[in-house]
Amino acid sequence: MSIGKTVRALPTLIKVGFLEAVAYRAELLVWVLSTTMPLIMLALWSAVAREAPVGRFGQMDFVAYFLATFIVRQLTGAWVAWEMNWEVRQGTLGMKLLRPIHPFLTYASENLAALPMRLIVAVPVAVIALALVGPENVTADPVLWIIWCAAMLGGWLITFLANLAIGCLALYIDSSEKFMGIWLALFFVFSGYLGPIELFPQGVRAVASWLPFQYQIGYPVQLMTSGIGRGDALLMLARQWGWVWLLLGLVTLLWRGGLRRFAAYGG
Amino acid sequence: MIRYVRLLGVQLRSSALLAMQYRYDFAVDGLIEAFWIVTALVPLFVVYRMTTTLAGWTFPESLMVIGWFTLLQAVLEGAINPSLTAVVDHIRKGTLDFVLLKPADAQFLVSTAKFQPWRSLNVLTAIAIFAYGFHLIGRPPTLGGMAAALVLLGTATLLLYSLWILTVSAAFYVVRVDNLTYFFESIFDAARWPSSVFRGILRFIFTFVIPLALMTTFPAQAMLGKLSTSTFLTAVGGAVAFAVMARLMWLRSIGKYTSASS
Repeated sequence: MSIGKTVRALPTLIKVGFLEAVAYRAELLVWVLSTTMPLIMLALWSAVAREAPVGRFGQMDFVAYFLATFIVRQLTGAWVAWEMNWEVRQGTLGMKLLRPIHPFLTYASENLAALPMRLIVAVPVAVIALALVGPENVTADPVLWIIWCAAMLGGWLITFLANLAIGCLALYIDSSEKFMGIWLALFFVFSGYLGPIELFPQGVRAVASWLPFQYQIGYPVQLMTSGIGRGDALLMLARQWGWVWLLLGLVTLLWRGGLRRFAAYGG
Repeated sequence: MIRYVRLLGVQLRSSALLAMQYRYDFAVDGLIEAFWIVTALVPLFVVYRMTTTLAGWTFPESLMVIGWFTLLQAVLEGAINPSLTAVVDHIRKGTLDFVLLKPADAQFLVSTAKFQPWRSLNVLTAIAIFAYGFHLIGRPPTLGGMAAALVLLGTATLLLYSLWILTVSAAFYVVRVDNLTYFFESIFDAARWPSSVFRGILRFIFTFVIPLALMTTFPAQAMLGKLSTSTFLTAVGGAVAFAVMARLMWLRSIGKYTSASS
């Protein structure tokens, strides 16, 4: 498989993925609407902030925080772990292996191709958020927005690679969906999805800083809601991409070992 | 009537036998469920570091609501979810025909088709949360409060079941409904906080349209002895009315059922 061939195949792959997303638009919409957790958490934190601001967070800051959380979660989602589990069990992974293109690229293009459909939901939310909280709660610094773009890519890569790693585990133990459950629960607690991590107790914050989860949600959200300066933002970006490389190494190892064990079931 | 009780016994036995085959799932599922309960508890611990009352609820009182949330989730995952996921499959494949041909009520048959007892492990977690909450309050629950709470457990289960029946009735119209079940669960997530946390339109929806307040907030209040008799009676009446409506909806939509394949 040459790099040139892969590059030429990419536009087609992305087109296929996009058409798939359009075909299953009702399903996609239900998935989007199922992202209720930021709103449920917003209700809780607003109830607290109604009496007195929490740290530097007033009611409006929480609105900004959780709407940003919703947007980041929508745009950096990945679901390859379930897909790989399904394909390993059904044996259809074999078909993907026969193609002259790495299966990971197929998965990646499928995930990224759903982005335009997800933007259709995320953009109105962003507009509503801006109208609700006013520009003073949103980052004005263009440099931070450039960093934000890199951070979103990094956040998606962490989600995607973690999904791939757990998907590859299915090659060893037949079904690794339960690991995804554990990963997701940890993600909920440590990513800032349940609330700004800076409001959590010292112990949780210390643990969170050693884990990849906050680079998936908390860090991009901070960049959007002017919760971080340029220097810190760059430092966090370096750490985020460190996690990306680490996970990439892990996925490569798991994939090479797992592929040797793979025997397609069924036909 | 006796025939239906015996039928329920048969269905329960077959589910239990099936569940015994997957006993390793039990340990892993239990562990993961415990993880998820932590995600519900963590925000509460964090929030109550900053404040002593949240929308009129103290920390131990909020724990009661989380306890009820956990309890009902156990009921949902152990007794309601498995059967009704199976119905959706039946509708899509057209195999619901075989259920309809049997000489018993179809709603009864599909609702009792499958139980996953391992999934109900969270009942124990809920009891632990209740115990911890009352330990913090420093007094045991009153007998009257417990009795009212038990009645409300019945009506809450009824409500949850009726909501599910409504979701499944939708499956007759739109067929692809397996992610509607996921959607339902994500709405139910809102039941983890006392309903007074929500304001305005959401509060109205969660009390009257999707009666989450009747499932977790009211039973928690009853347990604490804070629920007035009139609210209690309204809650029971509302739940029964909701169930009747769901039954009518089921009858209506099953009339629409046309087999998917021959």
